Amino acid sequence: MTRKLTPPVVTAESKAFFEAARAGKFTIPVCTACGKAHWYPRAICPFCASDQVEWRAASGKGTIYTFSVMCRVTEPYAIAHVTLAEGPTMLTNIVDCDFDKLRIGQTVAIVFKESEGGPPVPMFKPV
Amino acid sequence: MTVRGKAYIAGAFEHPTRHAPDKTVAQLHAEVALGALKDAGLTRADIDGYFCSGDAPGPGPASMAEYMNLRLRHAESTELGGTSYITLLSHAAEAIAAGKCDVALVTLAGRPRSEGMATGTAPRPRDPNQPEAAWEVPYAITTANGYAMCAMRHMHEFGTTSEQLAWVKVAASHHAQHNPLAMLPEVVTVADVVNSPMIADPLHRLDCCVISDGGGALVITRPEIAKSLKRPPVKIIGVGEAVKHLAGGNFDLTTSGAARSGPIAFAEAGVTPADIKYASIYDSFTITVIVQLEDLGFCAKGAGGKFVADGNLIAGTGKLPFNTDGGGLCNNHPANRGSMTKVIEAVRQLRGEAHPAVQVKNCDLALAQGTGFQLATRHGSATAIMERE
Repeated sequence: MTRKLTPPVVTAESKAFFEAARAGKFTIPVCTACGKAHWYPRAICPFCASDQVEWRAASGKGTIYTFSVMCRVTEPYAIAHVTLAEGPTMLTNIVDCDFDKLRIGQTVAIVFKESEGGPPVPMFKPV
Repeated sequence: MTVRGKAYIAGAFEHPTRHAPDKTVAQLHAEVALGALKDAGLTRADIDGYFCSGDAPGPGPASMAEYMNLRLRHAESTELGGTSYITLLSHAAEAIAAGKCDVALVTLAGRPRSEGMATGTAPRPRDPNQPEAAWEVPYAITTANGYAMCAMRHMHEFGTTSEQLAWVKVAASHHAQHNPLAMLPEVVTVADVVNSPMIADPLHRLDCCVISDGGGALVITRPEIAKSLKRPPVKIIGVGEAVKHLAGGNFDLTTSGAARSGPIAFAEAGVTPADIKYASIYDSFTITVIVQLEDLGFCAKGAGGKFVADGNLIAGTGKLPFNTDGGGLCNNHPANRGSMTKVIEAVRQLRGEAHPAVQVKNCDLALAQGTGFQLATRHGSATAIMERE
């Protein structure tokens, strides 16, 4: 993949995620009050409004909920929503694959990709 | 409190331009405002409420209020993307019903075509304080590939086909041929649509709306004022709003906010989808129309592809005439925001002033529906039901 990735803005709410990402670890926010994982990550649980949210190691496994290959650009890329094994569905890109063979329901696994001058970004590839 | 019967659309105006390289956005806003006032038979001095959205220059309504030299006692800016003008119509009706203003002006204008904007295929700039920014910007979500993900999922769950999507565009083009201002007045076929270049799989170029300059405005007022004017009054009888988002990663993309805004509007109006004679449905993409038709109850969830096929949205022959001006797919999409023109064409239909080739007979009940921002992440939905007296 040669497409340059716009770096994510690292904030007080995302810092821990991207520090783990630099170490190659994929973590997701889980609320210790209601037990649910959510995405995108935030300090306050979107389900029960508790602030008892902690980062936990995730399996990095998921399935493609939907996707689209953007064709009208110099370098086509695949945007997707991937449903994580832990429950929540996240926006991402599917990479390192033949786009023509992508299917909804396909199993994918985490892969980190470097952004332009920022931290690595979680993406997925078919397994 | 209900708005039912407490506010009327007295004036409506669509800017004739589709390309305005020599005008400013403020100037276009003022031109559509004056056009709607002239249509209503009112003047600037009558306006005491002004409603605008993110396309109006300046933060909020003050800059345009000054430019047009309005004297206001009620002003509002609400940003829900392309559906904002149905939302603002609803808010104007509420403000009038509450006695906060007597004559409300809503304006829309913009010049994405003159400014060379890659409306659908390039990511839009974001405020870094948007909490989702870090989790979306690196992936290059654009307007087109987001809506394409909704189409892909709809096809997967319900068997919707590219040919069915194409029928939405075909119907719009049948209407646009009668609109001398339409950007794309040529009638197209299903084959034309599915053979046009792929933009974001599965959406082809002809599944996407046009990029145009222009704008539009509405004047909304109290019943007694509306009835004192010369133009046929259009009564607002039901409005509904909703915001739908990804809900912490727990969502489905085959349903839009119309599933909530629609029933609210129908309940307030006291009518059902079967009663609607004409529907303006925001058509940013062909899939947008199918999803909203289902969510509004014109057909069952998942049956939208079959519903629109075989020309069922074409005026005169189809069961639900839609977007008889050619809509965003063929006519125009000023400022990348399509719901203002949806209301304007509904007003034309209710007044009996649509082009004769597409005018719905005895059109006494019409609906305008919009969604704004991104169906694949977060969006607003607004529904308005209007009646001819």
